[in-house]
Amino acid sequence: MTLIKKRKLINNVALALSLGAMSFGLFWLAWILVTILQLGVAGLSVAVFTQMTPPPGSAGGLANAIFGSVVMVGLATLIGTPIGILAGVYLAEYGRGTVLGHATRFINDILLSAPSIVIGLFVYAAVVKPMGHFSAAAGVIALALLVIPVVIRTTENILRLVPDTLREAASALGAPKWIMIMQVTVRASQAGIMTGILLAVARIAGETAPLMFTALSNQFWSTDLSQPMANLPMTIFRFAMSPFKDWQDLAWAGVLLITAGVLALNIVARILFKEKLTA
Amino acid sequence: MTTPDPGATMTAEVPLSHSSRALNREPVVRKKPSQLGEIIFANLTRSFAFLALASLAGIIVSLVYGAWPSITKFGLPFLWTSDWNPPMAKFGALIPIYGTLVTSVIALVIAVPVSFGIAIFLTELSPPWLRRPLGTAIELLAAIPSIVYGMWGLLVFAPIFGQYIQPALMATIGQVPLIGKLFSGPTLGVGLLSAGIILSIMIIPFIASVMRDVFEITPKMLKESAYGVGATTWEVVWNVVLPYTKTGVIGGIVLGLGRALGETMAVTFVIGNTNFLSNISLFSPGNSITSALANEFAEAEPGLHTASLIELGLILFLITFVVLAFSKVLLMRLARQEGGKT
Repeated sequence: MTLIKKRKLINNVALALSLGAMSFGLFWLAWILVTILQLGVAGLSVAVFTQMTPPPGSAGGLANAIFGSVVMVGLATLIGTPIGILAGVYLAEYGRGTVLGHATRFINDILLSAPSIVIGLFVYAAVVKPMGHFSAAAGVIALALLVIPVVIRTTENILRLVPDTLREAASALGAPKWIMIMQVTVRASQAGIMTGILLAVARIAGETAPLMFTALSNQFWSTDLSQPMANLPMTIFRFAMSPFKDWQDLAWAGVLLITAGVLALNIVARILFKEKLTA
Repeated sequence: MTTPDPGATMTAEVPLSHSSRALNREPVVRKKPSQLGEIIFANLTRSFAFLALASLAGIIVSLVYGAWPSITKFGLPFLWTSDWNPPMAKFGALIPIYGTLVTSVIALVIAVPVSFGIAIFLTELSPPWLRRPLGTAIELLAAIPSIVYGMWGLLVFAPIFGQYIQPALMATIGQVPLIGKLFSGPTLGVGLLSAGIILSIMIIPFIASVMRDVFEITPKMLKESAYGVGATTWEVVWNVVLPYTKTGVIGGIVLGLGRALGETMAVTFVIGNTNFLSNISLFSPGNSITSALANEFAEAEPGLHTASLIELGLILFLITFVVLAFSKVLLMRLARQEGGKT
């Protein structure tokens, strides 16, 4: 075989393998999504949204779990977002080149990928143990701690895309720096910041590990933040591991709801802002 | 990619009354804008940035505090003893640590070549109009919550894996001396190997998207020079793009490793959850740090059992911290190199 033929052969094999790798990735995505759709739609019914989680072996719904998830994710976003945005503003506007800026950016990137179960342990040790019992409030704190790094990261990245000439123009007109930030740079980055928030919500909506030691779960309807509260991920965990058919069907319905919600949030976020956000 | 700081920021102190004075009219006494808002705002943002740092310190301090009874009781041998016996109050972390490392290594062995292939496809092979949708599809794999992977892995993947794939592996690789031992034993479906495979699917999007991003920063000039002297696509990727981006590629792989080490729910569902390990077969069920925590923590007796579990969490956090910091440093080095050359 001539050298050129050999090189072309290697090239073709490599590119075929690359195509294979791409198909491999898409294959899993398709398989998972198809299964979820099939089994999830089968488990879906009006009762899922209207009835409480049932005891073993009887029919019921997920109403309390859906409610609990919405409440906890909502509150965690409300708490985590302002903190994340302000810290992100610091990194992009005030903290450039400062020690605190570099350190925070570095640590934040690590917290972004840190195991969420460790966050759960931390909140257990810091909140649940002193309080003496599991509570929805602890779950909210754990989820908020997961929101913060995501929002910090995206806010900083977006603010850095704002051209410095815009900042200089605002300053030249006499705007104090904080007015410049609030009315020029942050306003110019609204869509991007919003995207970051959506991605953060998508991230925590499916988190199970941090809720295990904090909000736990609850078989009943509960609106009391100082008590354990039902939530979708924990309910799915409990039901999926059980041998009961009714529970597993409900778990599939829950999986469908969570996956659909999370994927929808991701896609909306991508449409809302087309630049690459995460480092 | 973060770009390097564009230098010092500009200051905002331009006197407002300047223009009026220049026109030589009666000087308008305008109040200088209050510094109060500025001071409040700057310090507010700074304190929240500080909060992120403080939360890291808080995590470490509270985990060390919670794990203290176990740290003092078992000392360093905690890391390599394999007894995990709550009724006898004897705890050793070897089996969970082994499970965590083995599943993560399996995940990397599968995910790295696949991600490399995907990145090549997305940067060199795919028609431009397909790049975005395909890239998004791969990234969506990362968006699927881990509990979904777990439930799917346990109820859909593991039965098929145990019935068809594991016997096939046993009949082929299982016959090879030495490595064969890794692929032997009862085909349960769940176990270390299944957990590793599911983990690999979960980390492929992270590694692939970092690889794609760093491949894209390779200067066009460099690639076109190689094409110009007659290199094939593969030769360009292997001899030009990869050497140019190797720190970033390693950074991406290490980031994937960090994700795999800390993954909880998917592993808990499919690893089999047992604290006994009698052979080195990858088919056998095991336990990882995260699955031990997920299964036992809520029901653990206060005292030594809880403390030992928290110590497991502390070990996990320290390992992932080191791994993620390493990845971050590599990626930052690439970013700096990029800034220097363009």
